[in-house]
Amino acid sequence: MLAALGRRAIAGLAVVGGVVTLTFVLLLLAPGDPAERLLGPAATPVQLAAQRHALGLDRPLSTQFATWVARAARGDWGTSIATGRPVRALLGEAWPATVSLVGLSLLLSYVLGLAVGAVQAAGTGSRLDTALSVASVTLFAVPGYWLGLMLVMVFTYWARVLPAFGAAGLDADLLTGWARVADQLRHLALPLATLTLVGVGGSARFVRGAMLDVGTQGFITTARAKGVSPARVMLHHVLRNALVPMLVLLGLSLPALFSGAVFVEAVFAWPGVGRVLVDAVHARDYPVVLAATTVSAVLVVVGNLLADALAAWVDPRVRSRERAS
Amino acid sequence: MSHLLRDRRAAFCVGVMAVMVLLATAAPLVSTGAPTAQRDVAATRFLPPLATDQHRVLHPLGTDRFGRDVWTRLVYGARISLSVSALAVLLSVVLGVAVGAAAGYAAGGLGAVLLGVTDFALALPRVVLLLLLASLWQPSTTLVILVLGLTGWMTVARLVYGEVRALAVRPFVEGAIALGARRARVLWRHILPNAMTPVIVAAALGVGNAILLEAGLSFLGLGVQPPAASWGNMIASGRDTLVNAPWIATAPGVALVLVVVACTLLGDALRDQIAAEGGGRR
Repeated sequence: MLAALGRRAIAGLAVVGGVVTLTFVLLLLAPGDPAERLLGPAATPVQLAAQRHALGLDRPLSTQFATWVARAARGDWGTSIATGRPVRALLGEAWPATVSLVGLSLLLSYVLGLAVGAVQAAGTGSRLDTALSVASVTLFAVPGYWLGLMLVMVFTYWARVLPAFGAAGLDADLLTGWARVADQLRHLALPLATLTLVGVGGSARFVRGAMLDVGTQGFITTARAKGVSPARVMLHHVLRNALVPMLVLLGLSLPALFSGAVFVEAVFAWPGVGRVLVDAVHARDYPVVLAATTVSAVLVVVGNLLADALAAWVDPRVRSRERAS
Repeated sequence: MSHLLRDRRAAFCVGVMAVMVLLATAAPLVSTGAPTAQRDVAATRFLPPLATDQHRVLHPLGTDRFGRDVWTRLVYGARISLSVSALAVLLSVVLGVAVGAAAGYAAGGLGAVLLGVTDFALALPRVVLLLLLASLWQPSTTLVILVLGLTGWMTVARLVYGEVRALAVRPFVEGAIALGARRARVLWRHILPNAMTPVIVAAALGVGNAILLEAGLSFLGLGVQPPAASWGNMIASGRDTLVNAPWIATAPGVALVLVVVACTLLGDALRDQIAAEGGGRR
């Protein structure tokens, strides 16, 4: 199993390498000159040439690429053109916010989706099933940024109970102990609810389908024929076997979830990688775009590896297949 | 088709899509003037839904901050949102079928390379790629179509690859080869037509997804540019006035959800139908 995970890790590294190369090539193809952006329209040709030389833009592409990779490997990701801060510091502050938001919403939406899907699968065709199906397909279709705005409208502007922007209040540095935790939780509430609600739609739909698929198999009929109680059949036989495709889906849905987080972070000014990326894209801040893309690819690849490991841990068949191969 | 319409879900979806396409096509007939028309901004801005302005023009969904009619912008926005996503999905289906068929039917190296590229592209967060591409060139409607098409072909390629591999060893294909048909002809006339069913499902789901992403890009200001109306930039423009004029952001969002639900359910219904018909095939 470790060997199999090792092979996946190498494939993941290849993906990250591909992303970096692709991003670099695309940035080169793009119109617009970073030196010109940095200096503004009033710069003289001499100043532009000097700035280009300082940024290393006058050297051959292969050298630029090799320099960037070598520096990145040493932890030097360059300086943000728009803010003048080291890119590494920008992203170093951003990634924990994204990981905590995405991780928590993933956990919540899977737990809720599992519950909703299981209730639906237990009473297929009932009125409750239909109602929940309508609800989940609607949530699945709702764009995260719009749902976010609607929640802001209700909870921030009408009810005035929850903050809509950022990860901490203006007075956060003055708060201590529980007051500080409460402040953070209140700021987390709306972005987390948005991302979770959108996620529940997808996971509930999937759980219902997976459980119905398992329900038609021979061993379920056998269990029922043996006289196992319906609740036990549901929990021990159906749900357990439906968990495996769920975990596979978890890995596959990570890129989509991360994509959703980009929009939600933009709406709620959540200080994560998504917002850094959107800001950098607007400012054409190429070093930051390059690094933020890399970081998001790394996060997705690591998440995929975790999902693979979980699937192997839950399903003995996956483990033995990998041992055999 | 008649089977499909007996499914309540499918009937609902076909209904929603028909109404939307009709409204979008007949936009000048069902709305009041141009989507960018402004009269007296001070007097006509932020009118609530169902209000009548001083020119006795009814605004069924109210007006925005420039006094533009929200309903008019909504139906003109439907033109852009629907056509952009349809074209983007068309592009991604053509690309996906080409890559998938080539990967599934070409022997050896080329197939492996194409499959590798597909899996690589699948592993990327699509929005990150979209943002990257949209940031490099000036935002425009054409760019949105290209960008959505170029980032959406992988699922189709994977599906076509699987189908082509399965079909290539079936007796009717071997028969065609035995009769002396050229490889290209076997692929084009015998394999691809039979590989299209899952592609249709993926395309229905893809349209919904493309509408969401187009709106998302326009929401971030990287897609369709104002003053042209798209559902995404309408939501963005209503964002700052959620308190005093919530209808500006609400209306396009509701339209968006309706269309995407319709596409998703249509995909589901088609898939169930295909599974019921093709049950004995696999």
